[in-house]
Formats: sequence, C-alpha cells, structure tokens
Amino acid sequence: MMMDYINQLGGNFFGSYWAPIWLTTWTLLKIVLIVAPLMGAVAYLTLAERKVIGWMQIRIGPNRVGYFGLLQPLADGIKLLMKEIIVPTGSNKFLFILAPIMALMPALAAWAVIPFNAEMMLSNANAGLLYILAMTSLGVYGVIIAGWASNSKYAFLGALRSAAQIVSYEIAMGFALVCVLMAAQSLNLGDIVRGQQVHAAMTDSGSIAHGWYWLVSVFPFLNWYIIPLFPMFMVYLISGVAEANRAPFDVAEGESEIVAGFHVEYSGMTFALFFLAEYANMILIAFLTSIMFMGGWLSPLPFLPDSVVWLLAKVSFVLFLFLWFRATFPRYRYDQLMRLGWKVFIPLAIVWVVVVGAWMQTSLWVW
Amino acid sequence: MNFTDIVFYVFAAITVFAAMGVITARNPVNAALFLVLAFCSASGIWMLLEAEFLSIVLVLVYVGAVMVLFLFVVMMLDINLVRLREGFWRWFPFGAGLAGLMVFEMIYVLGARQTQATANAVVHPANYSNTKELGRLIYTDYVYPFELAAVLLLVAMVAAIALTLRRRVGVKTQDVSTQVQVQAADRVRIVKDMRDGHTNTK
Repeated sequence: MMMDYINQLGGNFFGSYWAPIWLTTWTLLKIVLIVAPLMGAVAYLTLAERKVIGWMQIRIGPNRVGYFGLLQPLADGIKLLMKEIIVPTGSNKFLFILAPIMALMPALAAWAVIPFNAEMMLSNANAGLLYILAMTSLGVYGVIIAGWASNSKYAFLGALRSAAQIVSYEIAMGFALVCVLMAAQSLNLGDIVRGQQVHAAMTDSGSIAHGWYWLVSVFPFLNWYIIPLFPMFMVYLISGVAEANRAPFDVAEGESEIVAGFHVEYSGMTFALFFLAEYANMILIAFLTSIMFMGGWLSPLPFLPDSVVWLLAKVSFVLFLFLWFRATFPRYRYDQLMRLGWKVFIPLAIVWVVVVGAWMQTSLWVW
Repeated sequence: MNFTDIVFYVFAAITVFAAMGVITARNPVNAALFLVLAFCSASGIWMLLEAEFLSIVLVLVYVGAVMVLFLFVVMMLDINLVRLREGFWRWFPFGAGLAGLMVFEMIYVLGARQTQATANAVVHPANYSNTKELGRLIYTDYVYPFELAAVLLLVAMVAAIALTLRRRVGVKTQDVSTQVQVQAADRVRIVKDMRDGHTNTK
C-alpha cells in the first residue's frame, strides 16, 4: 500500500548505513499519524459532549462559532493558548509545570500498542496488554503532583481522592483484563482480536464447538468476548469511567464540594493539557473496550468485510455511553464509590476469573 | 559501542542520578518522586535485557500502585526540615562506615560474575514471549517458593488489617442496606397538597 511504498522509498534513500536514522524518522512519522488525529478527535469530542448533553437536557449546545458550532473547539483552543499561566505563590514551581505533562504523557504513550486493524499499529508488542495497564496506571501521577504542588487545600483534597479512587479501580480493571487474556491466551492486543474471530479450526473440538461454529458463521458478534465475559465488560467499562475521572466518578474534580479539585489552580495551556489528557484517556478506554470485548476491527455481520471502520464505530458507541453517563447520573458520594470498587467489583472480578478458568476446562467453552 | 550500549548508559546514568536524588532531596515528596524516576529507568534497563514482563510489572506494581500510596502518605506529613537535619554530623561517621561496607559487599558479589555476564546473553527472536516462559517456570519448577511467597504476602496483608482494625464505640456509621431500601414515603411527609386543597395528615 501507500505506507509500504513510502517506507521503501525512504529506506532506499537513506541506504543501509543510515538505516537506523530512517527507522527513527519512520517511527516518528507513524507517531504523528496516530497523535494528530487523536488530538483532532479530542477537540471534536469536547464539541460532541456539549452538543449531546445539550440535546439530552433539551438545550441547543454551542452553535455560534462556525456552522453548527463546528469551529467551537478551535475557538476554545485559541482562548486557552492566549491565557496567562499563573503559578501560585508557595507552590513548587517545577512540579507545578511538570504535573500536566505527567498527566498527558501516559495518555499518549499507551497508544503505541493499539492495533487499528490487522496490520495498522505502531508496535506489535507481545506484552501489549501489560504495557497498557502500566501506562494507564501512570496517569494518576499528574493528578497527585498537581494537587500537591498547587499548595491549595482544594487541589490537595482532589489529589487524595483521585489517588485512592484510581488505585482501587485499577485492581478491578486488572482482574477484568485477566479474564480477557485467559480467554485469548495472549497478551498481544492483535491476538486478542484474532481470538474473537470466527475460523474453521473451531470445529475441531467436539460437537458443541461444531454447532457453535455454524451459529457464529451467521452471527459473528456472538464470538466476541462480551458474550462469555459480560460481567467483566461491565466492570471494565465502569472502572474505565472511574479511571478517566469522568462523571459520575469525578470526585477528584467535584465542582460542588472542592471547586475543581486537582486543577483548581491551573489556567491557560497547563489547564488545557489536563483537559486533553482526560479526553485522550476516554478515547483510549473506548478503544480498549472495543478491542478486548467487542471484537476490535471485526465485522459483526458475516457479509460485511472486517475494517477499521467497525473499530471506529464501536469506539464512537462507547464514547457516546461516556457522554450519556455524564448527562444522566449524579455524582457518587465518596464512600459509595469506594464500596462499589472494593466490595462489588473486586469480588465479582475475582469470582469471574475462577469461573472462566473452570469454564475453559469444559467442552462448553467455545470462544 | 552500538546503539543498545548507548541506551543502557543513558538509563544507568538516570538511575544513578535518581537514586542519589532519593537520599539527598530535602523534601520527602521530591525524594519519593526521584524513587519513581529510578524505578522507571530501572525498568528501561530490564527491557534492554529482554525481560519485558518484569520490566512492565515493575512500572505497573511499584510505580503505578506502591509509590502512589507512598506519595499519598508522604504528602500528608508535616515535616519540620530543620529538625530532620539535626545531628547530621554526629551520625555521619556511622553512615559513611555503613555505606563503605555496602559498596564493598556489592563489589564482592557482582565483581566475580561480571566477566561472564556477556557470554550468557542470548538474543531471542521477535515472537519470543518472556511472559509465557516466566509463567511456565513459576508454576512448574518454582511452584513451592512461589506459593510460599504468596502465603507470606497474604499473612502480611491480614496482619496489616488486624493491626489497624479497631472497634470504637459511639461511632455513627451508615448502614448501606437500609440506605438503599429507603422509599420516598420514609423521607417526605406531605403536610398539605396544594392541588386539591385539603390537608393530608399521613
């Protein structure tokens, strides 16, 4: 394809001696090809959020800047760029500036192993799932450092809440993903999607599998992990909302109690980076949910081809759920949030790991 | 010196710098953040050794969970830095002696094997799964030490909870199940319904 052609062209131009330089340039180009559309998606997700929530609450939403409000994200971006960055007195200046960077960095780094289709990905890492977990667990540092470096009570309270919340929900999230990797028998995200594919080798193991093969040939979406792992899908999705600090789990911001939580002291571009990180995280979690439970780029219908379009459609659906949650649910009280994480999700996830393990030993496991 | 060597020296330099930072930083929060940096660069070194599972788990467990809780506690400390630095010179000879002993030990332990280290390095193909290999070893050859470590951690966890668990009298706690079962009629008493004008004394 065109990408291969450019790669070949560049490889020839630099020759074998300068091959490492071309490899670096080529990788950087691919990173730009992922990050640039991502930033565009973040910008228009903010518009989509305001529009969707507006319609749900029988309002119009932004419609002044550009036709249908389509230039609104641009206007917001320019506004944030022009604003002054205020560093509060008594704050730790270095950490204060570092915090928004620490928030955005893991949100972008995690994209390295996301497969968009069977070939399109930056890195085909074997331990892709672990890498994703490690990167998403780093995101909390931005919040904690911001809260502490601001030298403000509200920011500090927000940081403490966020640290406790993210650490709690990460455990449930991790166990949900353990179920996925048990089902797929791989940590590679591409292999996880391929594990949800309908293939003829499925008929080898007994008559139940044979019957299942004919069923999923007609309805391929029944072969996705969302069917056997539905409770884990719910746990993952809800924990994902909590990880991204989104309503109804946005106690780290909690406008009504601690004004804006950890980013109360931030203005201008430093604030914008937190904003970007939150939305990039949302999109990331939508991608991961689609890849691990909803068959990634696989087509739900047998007569339509597999394509990245399906992945984007699934991602859009999950993102819509995020916006829908925000428009619908009131914020959790802090103790309720902790109870949901520790006393509901973690036991449920551990039990389901055992259930899946036992299930996989029987011939009833057809996935 | 090839590219991998350069990467190793960069990571090694960052690790040493961060480790120095941990013990020299005056502010405990800065020290904890230096420790995070040291973990991250150590994980980079492990990645160079093709120990991808250990390297990622180091970040996941230590940086993503342990250090977060560490920072959580350290941030809430109200430390008087002047008092912390009291008696530095009085304890300096003792500390220096201890440090010298540790340096000697490390040279003794690491120095002997240093020459053989490069001979054992095997470059694996791209589809080699370090995770699978490690899992196979842990659950077959080393299953008893592994189970023992797991039990030890469980005991530590139970002990930590037992130490902090205390039943205090006179504390008002929320009973969740009764909270969930509350109906509107339990909370709101309609004194006067304005729609039909008569008083409702329920």
